[in-house]
Order: sequence, then C-alpha cells, then structure tokens
Amino acid sequence: MIGTLAHAAPYVGYVYPNETDIPWGVLIVIYPYITGLVAGAFIVSSLYHVFGMAQFRPVARFALLTAVSFMFFVPVPLLFHLGNPQRAFNAVLTPHWTSAMAAFSYVAGFYICLLLLEIWFAFRADIVALSKTTSGLLRTVYRVITLGSDDVSPRSLAIDHKFAFLLAMIGIPAAGGLHGYVGFLFGSVKAREWWSSDLMPVIFLLSAIVSGIGLLIVLYVAYSKFRKVQVDDDCMKGLARTMWAFLLVVLVMEVLELLEMFYKGLEGIDMVRRLIQGPIWFSMLIQWGGSIGVLAILTALIVFKTKGKSLVTWLTVSGLAMMVAVLAMRWNVVIGGQELSKTMKGLLTYYPEVFGQDGLLVVAFIFTCPFIVLWLTTRLLSPWEPEGPTPPKTRQPEPRWPWTISPRVSKPPRNPPKTSRNPRSPRSRA
Amino acid sequence: MSNQDTNVGEDASDLSRRSFLRIFGISATCAGALVSAGNLIAKGQVAEPATDPPPKIPDYDWNKHKWAFGVDATRCIGCLRCVEACKAENGVAQDAHHFRTWVERYVYLEGEDKPHIDSQDDPQNIAASGSEKEFRFDNRYKDARVEKAFFVPKLCNHCTHPSCVEVCPTGATYQTKDGVVLIDHSYCIGCEYCVQACPYGVREFNHVLGVTDKCTWCYHRITKGLLPACVEVCPVEARVFGDRNDPQSPISLFIRNNRVEVLKPETGNAPNVFYVGIDKEVS
Repeated sequence: MIGTLAHAAPYVGYVYPNETDIPWGVLIVIYPYITGLVAGAFIVSSLYHVFGMAQFRPVARFALLTAVSFMFFVPVPLLFHLGNPQRAFNAVLTPHWTSAMAAFSYVAGFYICLLLLEIWFAFRADIVALSKTTSGLLRTVYRVITLGSDDVSPRSLAIDHKFAFLLAMIGIPAAGGLHGYVGFLFGSVKAREWWSSDLMPVIFLLSAIVSGIGLLIVLYVAYSKFRKVQVDDDCMKGLARTMWAFLLVVLVMEVLELLEMFYKGLEGIDMVRRLIQGPIWFSMLIQWGGSIGVLAILTALIVFKTKGKSLVTWLTVSGLAMMVAVLAMRWNVVIGGQELSKTMKGLLTYYPEVFGQDGLLVVAFIFTCPFIVLWLTTRLLSPWEPEGPTPPKTRQPEPRWPWTISPRVSKPPRNPPKTSRNPRSPRSRA
Repeated sequence: MSNQDTNVGEDASDLSRRSFLRIFGISATCAGALVSAGNLIAKGQVAEPATDPPPKIPDYDWNKHKWAFGVDATRCIGCLRCVEACKAENGVAQDAHHFRTWVERYVYLEGEDKPHIDSQDDPQNIAASGSEKEFRFDNRYKDARVEKAFFVPKLCNHCTHPSCVEVCPTGATYQTKDGVVLIDHSYCIGCEYCVQACPYGVREFNHVLGVTDKCTWCYHRITKGLLPACVEVCPVEARVFGDRNDPQSPISLFIRNNRVEVLKPETGNAPNVFYVGIDKEVS
C-alpha cells in the first residue's frame, strides 16, 4: 500500500478517486516510441527495395537490421507493465477480438517474421560467402543461418532479390498496420478526450516514420564515423528530403487536430487548454519547438542545397532533435491523456518513478537493448558496401516484378566463394 | 523384505537422506514462516475478498434475473457508510486511491456558477476523518453561504454496452447473463486497458494480485438473495437494488415512479445505474 501511495498522482480540481493511481506510465510511453522507430526505419529500406530510390542503397540493409533490432524489444515494455506477465499468452491463445490489444501479438509476430525473412533474402549471398570464409564457431553459426541454401548462382540470386522485393512490398502495409494499430489503441478510447480522435492513428504513423528516419540518420552517421568512412552525400540528401516531407504532413495533421478540438470547443475544452498550459507544457514545447525547428533546418538544407560536412552535422542534429520531439509527442499523448481527468473538471500530474518496475531506469535499460542488439547484428552481418569505389548507383534498384524471374544478376555476391561458382566466369571464358 | 535389505545395506545413504530431510524440513519451515509473514503483511494491506472468484452458486439461474441499481441523490446524506461497507465486504485496498464506490459532494456557493466538488478521498476530508481507512466529509462550508448542495453516490454502472469488456484483450472481464460485469481474476493479465476505457473511472488496480478490480454489485451476495453491501447499510435508502424482471422489485418501482437519468449517456454505454436528483454538473 505504501507503494501505491508513493506514486499516487497529485491533482487539481475534481478527479475520480481511482484516477489518482495512473494506469499507464513511462513504459507505455516508450512502447509506441520503439514501435515507431521500427516503422520509420523499415520505410526507408522500402524506399530503396520497392520504390527503387537508389540514393538509399547505402542504408537500405542497415535499416532492415535496425528495424528488426528494435522490433525485438517492442513487446518488452508491455510485458514489464503487465500485472501478471506470466499470463501474457492468454491474449494470444484466447484473443478477445473486440479488443484492439488482442491483435498485438499477431501483428507484431507477423511483422517480426516478415523482417527476419526479408533480412535473410537480402543477406543470403553474404551469409553463404561468410559460411565459407570464416572458421570455427562463427562458421557453424553462418552455416546454420544459410538454412542449407548455399546456391549463389545468378538465377538463385535473382530469386532472392525478387523475394526481398515482394517482402518489402508486403512490409509497407504491415508497418503501417503495426503502427496504425498503436494509434488506434489510443484513438479508439472514447473515455479519454485527449486520445479519442480519428486522426490519432494517422498522426502516430506519420510521426513514427519521422522518428525512424531520425534514428537512421543518427545511427548511419555514427557508424560511418566509427568505421571512418565517408558519409554518402546523396543518401543524406535523400533522408533529409524524406524526413522533411513526412514531417510536414504530420505537422499539418497535428495542427488540424488541435484546431478542430478548440474550434469545436466541446464541453471540457477549458480543461484541455489548462492541460496544455499545465502538466504537459514542457513536453509540448519540446514536441512543437523541436518539430518546427527541425522543419526549418531541413527546409534550409534543401533550399541551399547544403552538402558535405555541414549537411552531415545539421542533419544529425535534426535527426536527434526529431527523436526527442517524437518521444515528447508520445509522452504528451500517453501521459497527457491520463492527466486530463475523465471528469473533465480536474487535472492530474504524473511523476515517473526512477526505480521500480515502471521506472525510468527500466525504461532506459529497455531502450539501450536494441542498440546493443543492433551492434551485435551488424558484427554478424555487415550491412555496409565493401570498401573501395562505391558501386554505380543506377545499376541496382530497378523495381522488377517478382513473378518475372529472369536470370539476370541483380546483385553480384560479395566475396564470391568459389571460382567455379563465379557467375562471371562463363562469360570471361566466352 | 527387499526394502529391509536395501535399508540395511545403505546406512550411509540413509544417513544422508535423514540429514537431507532435516535440512529440507528446516528450510521448509523457514519458507513457510516467510510466506505466512508475507501473507500477514498482504492481509494488513488488503483483506481477503469474501468470495473470489464466485463459486458455483446453488439454486441460482442467471437467465432469470436482470439486475439494476438506482441512486436517489436527493436522499443521500453523505454519511459514507456505503464506502466503508464496500471496502470491508470486498477487501478493497484501504487507501485513498482505490474505491469500488464513492460519494461526491457538490456545493454551489452564493454568487458562483460552478460547484465545488470533492469526495471522501479529498485530502481535507482525510484529515477530518484522521485516516485513509475512515471516511468523512469535513465541515469546510460551515461559515460559507451555500446556495445549493447535494451528494452523489457513484459505482460501476454495469453498462449494457460496457467499453471495458470491449477492450479487454483476453476476455477476462465479461458480462453475465443477469447484466453484471465481472472480472475473472485468474485470467486477467493486468494490462489496465479496461481502466482506461471506462468512462466513469470505476475501475481500480489491485496491486497485490496484479489485476483490475471493480464493483460487482456484490455478486456473491445478490446471487444468494441478499442485497449489495452498500444498499444494505444505507440508512436513508438512497441506494436501491433489484431485479428488473420483477415488476414489483424496488428497482422496477424506482424506475417506473421517477424520471431517472444515467451518467454520460453520450458514450453509448447504456448504464444500468439510474439516478434521480442529479445536476447538470454531475458527470
């Protein structure tokens, strides 16, 4: 009981007595945030794999690894939050289909499988090569991951490419579904004035993409510094433009939502105003200040055709700022919605714990894990182009339909394992 | 005979078995003591629920009843016996943040448009009662010029279209045939989505069991022909309970003889707690 008292939320005005025990804390802030990063990273990889935007080639495979590393940790904050995590599978085994939440395990499970499959197809040639060039335990690991398929003939690689393309295509609606679902989870709660909005899924999805692009920019630059290689200018320009476009749309949506809410001025709108001026003013400032600031920087970068080092610097700053702004947006939605009392006559203030199951330390730990997993994954499967002159960018990403299997080599295997299997050898002989 | 043989032949192993049993016994005793101490602490926090989950109920057919609840706010005197009875009957956490029922006080002062609203969990009221385990409205309006004042008891509305049931991912919370919304504590995963979804804020989280809790209209009592605890103890009959299938039941008469209203009808939840004598500011 002392525990429950310790995190009872202070309030002003009149709130229902049970509301002082705020149900969803920082763990549920971080959950849609991580989901959003996954969706955003995946979209960038799809821009290359499906839409054939060649400038994203340097980060396309890295984006896939980023997406899957973060996706593994999407369910973790939810499990930490549950009162009875050991019963989590009740929702899987006996889903109650009128509940949006019942779909979570299926949507997330499907998405993880899809990501893993796509990664396998995108990296298969590398895995086969590595299984032949490494030794010891690593060799066994790579051999297992080949799943017994070590054919790297041009025809086989073409099939790989087509499957990766098909999966990336399915992945776009799946990513949309995964994050649209999160938005629906909040938007469909009619009891919460601050959540109950038809625009909520759209806003969640678009802001997710923006934050994911931000994450990818930061990670790509960090990895490039670490690897001491040049950051690809075209790729950065492409990321800047994509982030700009999505950010613009999400800002329009968010402005529209607030505008509609205040213009309609339904009962309790005064309390909404006081919520924005009160408990969430600081996070609102970060969300809106950050978003508008980043939009201004990106606009300037695009207008002045900035490139080179200053593009890298400013875009990294923008990426980081966007990640923080979207995190603040998640806070404003999840926490803000609960700080506005269901009576519409009072406001609560949520103070996160530092220690404890629903505390900041746990959240920090959960959020660190995907970075560690990503680092390990990139050690296992390097998503980067081999050193040396960058391959011509026009060659790769022709979006050919997967059902027209042609023997043309779309991507030559790196480190061709055996000369006899080298696709180029017959041609050289001829 | 073979048993004896092995016993004779394995003295050493017998000894070690004995010492093992002794150590096991001691550790089991210690563990038992720890568990019971833990239970005592837990009991200090939350009393054992009277029946949880409801057992098989003899001589009860839930197809034959349609329960409903009435609140006559004009009668309520704010004595809070209902809150006390509910906490005792249902083992609700004895603090100011967990209630299955509560009473709100609305006070309009002269020259003011908006009411002052509080309930028994207000810090001043807790100070007046002296503890979070006792319930009292303080006398803060003693010297004020009060224009209008009234009490409104609140509890789960056992809605016809309950949004809590709609959002439950496992089906742990469900609607019975006789119109009561219950929670299966052995199946609830504790996600608290239902707490969010309830427009009336009647759901509370049981931190000891890690599951959601709420008013059951004392299902363990009503299925035995008794009244809910809060109705039983109300000294002024502000709370009315009964079977709508019976036209002469107190609730049928209450609904027939009064112009009743429900809370937040715009949610579409169609509550089954009917109010008389509430005000536009009550939500």
